[in-house]
Amino acid sequence: MARKISMKQAINEALDLEMTRDPTVIVMGEDIVGGTGSPGEDDAWGGVLGVTKGLHAKHGDRLMDTPLSESAYIGAAIGAATCGLRPVAELMFIDFMGVCFDQIFNQAAKFRYMFGGKAETPVVIRAMVGAGFRAAAQHSQMLTPIFTHIPGVKVVCPSNAYDAKGLLIQSIRDNDPVIFCEHKNLYGLECDVPAESYAIPFGEANVLRDGDDVTIVSYGLTVHRAMEAAEALAKEKVEAEVIDLRTLSPIDWDTVIDSVERTGRLVVVDEAHPRCSIASDVAAFVGQNAFGALKAGVQMVTAPHVPVPFSPVLEDLYIPNAAAIADAARRTLAPTGTSPRSIAA
Amino acid sequence: MHTERIKPIVMPKWGLSMSEGKITGWLKQPGSTVNVGDDLLEVETDKITNVVEAGDAGTLRRVLAEPGNVYPVKSLIAVLADPDVPDAEVDAFVAGFAVPKGDDEEGGEESSPQYLFADTPAGTLRYAKRGDGNRTVLLVHGFGGDLDNWLFNIDALAEKATVYALDLPGHGQSTKAIADPSLAGLSAALRGFMDTVGIGSAHLVGHSMGGAVSMQTALDAPDRVDSLALIASAGLGREINHAYIQGFVAATGRRDLKPVLEQLFADTGLVSRQLVEDLLKYKRLDGVDGALRALSGALFTNGEQARVLAADVAGTGKPTLVVWGQEDRIIPAAHATALGSGSRTEVIPNAGHMVQMEAAGTVNALLKEHIGK
Repeated sequence: MARKISMKQAINEALDLEMTRDPTVIVMGEDIVGGTGSPGEDDAWGGVLGVTKGLHAKHGDRLMDTPLSESAYIGAAIGAATCGLRPVAELMFIDFMGVCFDQIFNQAAKFRYMFGGKAETPVVIRAMVGAGFRAAAQHSQMLTPIFTHIPGVKVVCPSNAYDAKGLLIQSIRDNDPVIFCEHKNLYGLECDVPAESYAIPFGEANVLRDGDDVTIVSYGLTVHRAMEAAEALAKEKVEAEVIDLRTLSPIDWDTVIDSVERTGRLVVVDEAHPRCSIASDVAAFVGQNAFGALKAGVQMVTAPHVPVPFSPVLEDLYIPNAAAIADAARRTLAPTGTSPRSIAA
Repeated sequence: MHTERIKPIVMPKWGLSMSEGKITGWLKQPGSTVNVGDDLLEVETDKITNVVEAGDAGTLRRVLAEPGNVYPVKSLIAVLADPDVPDAEVDAFVAGFAVPKGDDEEGGEESSPQYLFADTPAGTLRYAKRGDGNRTVLLVHGFGGDLDNWLFNIDALAEKATVYALDLPGHGQSTKAIADPSLAGLSAALRGFMDTVGIGSAHLVGHSMGGAVSMQTALDAPDRVDSLALIASAGLGREINHAYIQGFVAATGRRDLKPVLEQLFADTGLVSRQLVEDLLKYKRLDGVDGALRALSGALFTNGEQARVLAADVAGTGKPTLVVWGQEDRIIPAAHATALGSGSRTEVIPNAGHMVQMEAAGTVNALLKEHIGK
């Protein structure tokens, strides 16, 4: 039965259910157990923000703390996946992924293609993404576009606890490498989540709000900002359709195109930097495939092309907010020729 | 005060989770004459939009709720009274109206959960129980449905009866394991549920596949069945829209599922985004796909219904009501006459397979009369 739990609890529950169902599922990462080997400290941490807390007591050695060497243990997880296990590796902050790009991009992503479709790499790499945590430039990035760029890697970024649980279960059952991006500022957000196991298929966007005037596409934290903007627009008799992509690779083009063909207007909201982003990707796809339906230029609302600032005031300005999204929607509704240029890029 | 001549119209409570509703528009104006069953207004909830029908007759003397605004369930939204009731009395009635306490409010929501769970021989089954009348009514949903298919009916029937609605095995929030996916197996599970919650016998109200399960129960355990109400029921003929069954089983996403669900209603606009999303949430649960495939394989083999029980049920002599929506696109309304003259048959225009939702007021009136006999 459904009850309200947080996204952090939902992720913990997904790991617990899959470890119970499938003995080949293992979990590894830095301090995901916390104090392993030191009596009295066992299970004290459960990861840097406590997402895996309690799992070691239940599943024992199938959870392991690793050395502080992402290149080593991400490589080990990928290797274990090719040998029949289903590892879930927690990489703490996605910002640290750079030291294991070879393992992810050049190994895991390529095996299926290079070995005639015979090699499968069912590994999940969980990592925190996003700004707003006062963690500065090296712990706050939204690096989803970098992974979305690479064929052979799937990219997931849930916006709520229900989706997080179903998408993580699907990620573990999937036979390809999955980068599972968890927005740290959504960990505490609660919603109704069934206690049972369920899997949400990849490539199925969620329509959170119906509207015929403008389509707003987003994913992760900014989905909530888009919903706030839609409520503000509704007071002006502008009905926005809000689409949560949920998975970025694969991506649900059909839902986006269907909506834009109806509304004729598109705002894409992305917490990543504007260049080569999910926003620019969606804008380009719609420009190429639904140009005839567009009544106005596509608007992108993104973070600026600068590192995440440490100043709290600047950090709050950095993240796309509801006012900016509503303004972008108003620009698509302005008569042709009067819309000011987007300041995002 | 002549309160019997003044009748409140309150925000209805549709389903166990509804706490408030938005008025989308009034279909009667102040001063108009209202007959029982007339469409009064439209209400929108986060799940569905539907018409509120008049349960009493009179003149619409006051309209207190404005379109576009949201009101809590059971709050006063309008007043009906005879034309000769003085304005002052109507105003006094409005001023003195207190929202009645329902059984779900007493003692707070914690002590009286909206849904209950019973550990039965067939596994854990979810159910709801409303009302405390002498007669016992048990609502049995159809293939792929759940107890919320009765959201427009359960509270209306509970005014004068003790009403149970359950999720059959494989459905809703009940166990997804189905030991025996035949009608006999589902009927055994239903009787196991009745044993567990202490129902000796009940008026069985079955929709679609649930109608066939109810009929099977009347055949296998006649002493457990006081009467049968069969709504767009399976088991009365061979034909069934097999493309619907296959489409429902196969659909994994919103875009596949929506056109399938639209076949359930005469007014396809009732298939809201939320309705589709709720069904997807059910279909994604581990075990549901296997359960639906097992049921469709056992009950709807080779593109038709595997069992026709009409002749056997007609022989039981149980009081039987058959209700159908004329525009049913899943099971043809022609099956409504299968039980012959021994049963009451009502075919309702402008309604589809989910006739108990699309014409809830009419169906509720028929059910109340049938159960009250």
